[in-house]
Amino acid sequence: MKPIRHSAWFMIMPVMIVLLFTAIIPLMTVVNYSVQDILGPTRRVFVGDEWFRDTLGDPNLQRALLRQLIFSSCVLIIEIPLGLGLALVMPRRGFAASAALVLLGMPLLIPWNVVGTIWQIFGRADVGLGGYFMNTVLGIPYNYALVPNDAWFTLLLLDVWHWTPLVVLLCYAGLRAIPDAFYQAAAVDGASTWSVFRFVQLPKLRGVLTIAILLRFMDSFVIYTEPLVLTGGGPGDTTTFLSQFLTKLAIGQFDVGPAAAFSLIYFLIILLFSWLFYTALAAQDPKDTPHAGEGA
Amino acid sequence: MARIRLHDIAHSYIPNPVKPADFALQQLDLTWDDGGAYALLGPSGSGKSTLLNILSGLVRPSHGRLLFDDVDVTDTDTRSRNIAQVFQFPVIYDTMTVYENLAFPLRNRGVGASATRKRVDQVAAILDLTGDLKNRASGLTADTKQRISMGRGLVRTDVAAILFDEPLTVIDPALKWQLRRKLKQIHHELEVTLIYVTHDQTEALTFADRVVVMDRGAVLQQGTPQELFENPQHVFVGHFIGSPGMNLMPCKMDGSAAMIGTQRVALPPERIAGSRAGEMTLGIRPEFVSLFDPGDAALLHVSVEEVEPLGGHQLIHARLDETRISIKAEPEIGVAPGVRLAVWLPQAHIKLYSDGRLVV
Repeated sequence: MKPIRHSAWFMIMPVMIVLLFTAIIPLMTVVNYSVQDILGPTRRVFVGDEWFRDTLGDPNLQRALLRQLIFSSCVLIIEIPLGLGLALVMPRRGFAASAALVLLGMPLLIPWNVVGTIWQIFGRADVGLGGYFMNTVLGIPYNYALVPNDAWFTLLLLDVWHWTPLVVLLCYAGLRAIPDAFYQAAAVDGASTWSVFRFVQLPKLRGVLTIAILLRFMDSFVIYTEPLVLTGGGPGDTTTFLSQFLTKLAIGQFDVGPAAAFSLIYFLIILLFSWLFYTALAAQDPKDTPHAGEGA
Repeated sequence: MARIRLHDIAHSYIPNPVKPADFALQQLDLTWDDGGAYALLGPSGSGKSTLLNILSGLVRPSHGRLLFDDVDVTDTDTRSRNIAQVFQFPVIYDTMTVYENLAFPLRNRGVGASATRKRVDQVAAILDLTGDLKNRASGLTADTKQRISMGRGLVRTDVAAILFDEPLTVIDPALKWQLRRKLKQIHHELEVTLIYVTHDQTEALTFADRVVVMDRGAVLQQGTPQELFENPQHVFVGHFIGSPGMNLMPCKMDGSAAMIGTQRVALPPERIAGSRAGEMTLGIRPEFVSLFDPGDAALLHVSVEEVEPLGGHQLIHARLDETRISIKAEPEIGVAPGVRLAVWLPQAHIKLYSDGRLVV
């Protein structure tokens, strides 16, 4: 048996202290709020799991959660294949490659609220290029402030525009890392373009795609600024997602208890999905299962 | 299976090559017989990989034609060319089993399921992969992966040649000779043309029936290992092959002898007649330099600088004016540094080179 050196605990103390103040104490405060009804500076009542049951039973919140799930699914379904496709057709070297990388990187540099504002103006029928083009040139009635479908369409388009480049850059880097010999061997073996994609490129991209899916899921699941700037959560509450709902609850109405309970649920949902994605993708990683003979 | 003809092939990576230095591969004309084992031997940058890529179709030669059995394949792409290639690093398809890896080239070419199974089983048996067929290919060791890469080349019955691009680079030294023997065995059993690129002379000489020695984009000599050893056509071949390489001593022709510094190496009249005036190079292998008069040999006086005892023989490094000479001698002969030594150069093994090329 290896001797255990307890001095190692001492080495990780600085990190533990930092984590204590940045993560553990704030999280415990939230836990504290979530089980009490705070009536005033000195008056508080322990309510147990009441806030949790209340929040989970709230039909408005259930709808926001459903909306959030649909939105994140749409984001993943559009951005991952689109990003991968773009990375595959991007030029590999020369001036064109540099130009494409710079152009793709640009949306990533723009702050969230600016992105919201850009699309807010772009989509307007009176002064916005996009809105004017849709309504006047194409003759398709389009108004994201009034029609829920138009609001969703604009919001998805905005997110795709803003974040697909991230997926492209990740996939592009992954593709560049595949040694030429793999392509040459595939050509020698007579593999079709599809086979090269299916058996060479896709397996080699597993790692970056896992990262891309996790990042895009987590980011889109906590989306806040863009819908707030673009539609303010409307029309009605059709683009009110979880973050905005939570903010309204905690700061707008100052319902700290339910907001805390909901924050914890929110956190657990993200953790759960991230874990699910990660395990599902890592489980297929051949490196972890060297002798998966049963799959033959 | 096919006879491969490289007809006046040359390659340059720049558009309008003029001088020889513009070419990665100087013009060459070679014919390789069906079923032979060939090695392309040369240091890095000698153009051997370019030549290999021309054969596999990854590079289209800028000049000349490539013929498989008199069919011009110069413009045929890799996919439709009947060539298999094994790369320096094992290339396997991670997500497939060993069986699927081996079957992949056949499935891509529309070979039926039962024919595929039969052929894959046969090849797996040759490569000792039968037990691994159902395993994922990715978790295996480097040498097993390299055997899979070889297997993908071997399963195809239609290949004109299998190309090996320094395939043993990443293999554990202990397993290298096993794989090399496997290759020899494959060559015997399947009678397929094998073309093997390497910078390691031992690998080339033990593997190939015929070795093509290359340097700076030019083919210097093609021959059996024996021919390369006994009769190097170029000083580079003499120096590159052998351990240590051939002794190369600058000399001047003077009447009936070659002058190395102030010493005369008497040569028979017919060799003098064939030689050229001016600076030449006299070459002789360390193995052929004798410490005793074997008869019909030229005498030289050298001073010993260093002696390396190597078990089976000893290697004597000596100096002759400004020129160094190595001598392989029996281990029991007592020689010490500083000693003056008389050595004989047998006439039959003396080679004379002018501008690097063999003259007489």
